[in-house]
Amino acid sequence: MLVRARGLTKRFEDFTAVAGIDFDLYRGEAFGFLGPNGAGKSSTMRMIGCVSPPTSGELAILGLDPVRDGSAIRARLGVVPQEDTLDVELTVRENLLVYGRYFGLPRKVIRERTAALLDFVQLADRAADKVDPLSGGLKRRLTIARSLINEPEILILDEPTTGLDPQARHVVWDRLFRLKQRGVTLILTTHYMDEAEQLCDRLVVMDHGRFAAEGSPRDLIARYCSPEVLELRFDPELHEQAGDKLKDFPAERAELLADRILLYVTDGDEALAAVRETGLEPLTSLVRRGTLEDVFLHLTGRRLED
Amino acid sequence: MVRAFQCWLTVYRRIWRSSIWSSVLGPLFYLGALGFGLGTLVNKHGAASLGGVSYLAFVAPAILASGAMNTAMGEASYPVFGSVKWNRIYLAAQATPLRPGDIYRGHLMFMTMRIAMNTALVTVYIWAFGATRSPWVVLAWPAATLTGLAFAAPIAAWAVLLKTETTFAYLFRFVMMPLMLFSGTFFPLSQLPGWLRAIAYVTPLWHGVALCRGLSLGTANLPGALVHVAYLAVLAAAGIWAGGRSYRRRLYV
Repeated sequence: MLVRARGLTKRFEDFTAVAGIDFDLYRGEAFGFLGPNGAGKSSTMRMIGCVSPPTSGELAILGLDPVRDGSAIRARLGVVPQEDTLDVELTVRENLLVYGRYFGLPRKVIRERTAALLDFVQLADRAADKVDPLSGGLKRRLTIARSLINEPEILILDEPTTGLDPQARHVVWDRLFRLKQRGVTLILTTHYMDEAEQLCDRLVVMDHGRFAAEGSPRDLIARYCSPEVLELRFDPELHEQAGDKLKDFPAERAELLADRILLYVTDGDEALAAVRETGLEPLTSLVRRGTLEDVFLHLTGRRLED
Repeated sequence: MVRAFQCWLTVYRRIWRSSIWSSVLGPLFYLGALGFGLGTLVNKHGAASLGGVSYLAFVAPAILASGAMNTAMGEASYPVFGSVKWNRIYLAAQATPLRPGDIYRGHLMFMTMRIAMNTALVTVYIWAFGATRSPWVVLAWPAATLTGLAFAAPIAAWAVLLKTETTFAYLFRFVMMPLMLFSGTFFPLSQLPGWLRAIAYVTPLWHGVALCRGLSLGTANLPGALVHVAYLAVLAAAGIWAGGRSYRRRLYV
């Protein structure tokens, strides 16, 4: 077991960011914290990263105490922070050199690893370039390369693709997936359900500093969501009226969002036909599979990206 | 600590060109303008209150000591604040085995190096201008560097905690300026009223100036010099102690 937390709590003056959570993290898995902004994900990450002492509860990382042995633990972690902390005055290669020296690695080792890591994140041709003009996606990839310089046993990623364009996100996901295949243990936070679904073997849904649910993405969807979801969009004038009417519709559950109505059903097409029979005519309709977004909506009554 | 210092060296290797001109030319302008320009006027009125030396010889060691203070304040203010808020160098280093105290002392080591570089240069200038009266001026170099450290250590300890950089304006306006003017730098303290003189005696820059001047003019005596050194060393040590704590408080939230 790499990380063990019991009743882990973090309070800032009168605000409780993490309200007593329990979890175990095993070697080789990809573990995700899914939740909206302010759910306590980053505070949890900082505690695991040994840069934020827990207020109360137990936390053991690699069998060590993060407060007493923080330095020794950090030597074996890789951290990709939410906001880049690259030195933009320096070149790509120099960033890895400085960071590697923080870990006390010999220059020769850093040079060898730098070559391999820049290849891995597809930045080898930019090694001598300054960091400043690089795009957000390239900077992120450099941050990931940098976090791997000490060959960490656990890689901590705090919202690894927030702020990136879709194409850059897919490149990052691809690299992280490869790391996972190589056996690197990943801990990541995200408020993107697609990211969680793509990368996580196991995840927790976090809300208000607590876990609302935990399991594999597939488990969670099976447990908290119907096989299919019918999304209906009505004329704004008729939206509420339609909502009232569909409340008694034979679905597992109905959600009335500001702009759409979601019906959780077994067969979406069948349900759509049944809706039309009641005399309601949606402007648009969509039948899709249940996702983690639906799970989150079900558990918290709110959408993830609100 | 050494690892954090190396980071700053790497950064400095890239940016030294932009700071080198102010380091090289700044003190040269001061020495020229004050020592020769203003000095010509002052010397006409006799040098009795300057202790019998030319104004250049009087002011040169003060330029050395106050230059060390200025370098210290420059290096320990915005760069420290920026390492949390702007380029976030500290936040990167924090994720590694380095502890807050290592990060602080590594950066302080770099500041001391920058101070020592500048004071070495000014010491050479003083000597080249013929402004020194004693071979002890060699020791004015470490003395001025210690003066700088006595400022850098506590200022960095304070700067890391700031929420906004506008606070630095107070440091420069209400600490640096008065110290610069009233520490026996440009005129002897004997020209000040008694109560102001008493205040000047407890300020760190006065001790730095008095120490450097004593060494440059060969008028220093051992007990007096030791008092100055002890004062500056205690201030530096207190700053280093506070820095370890304040960096931890700022970085480990």
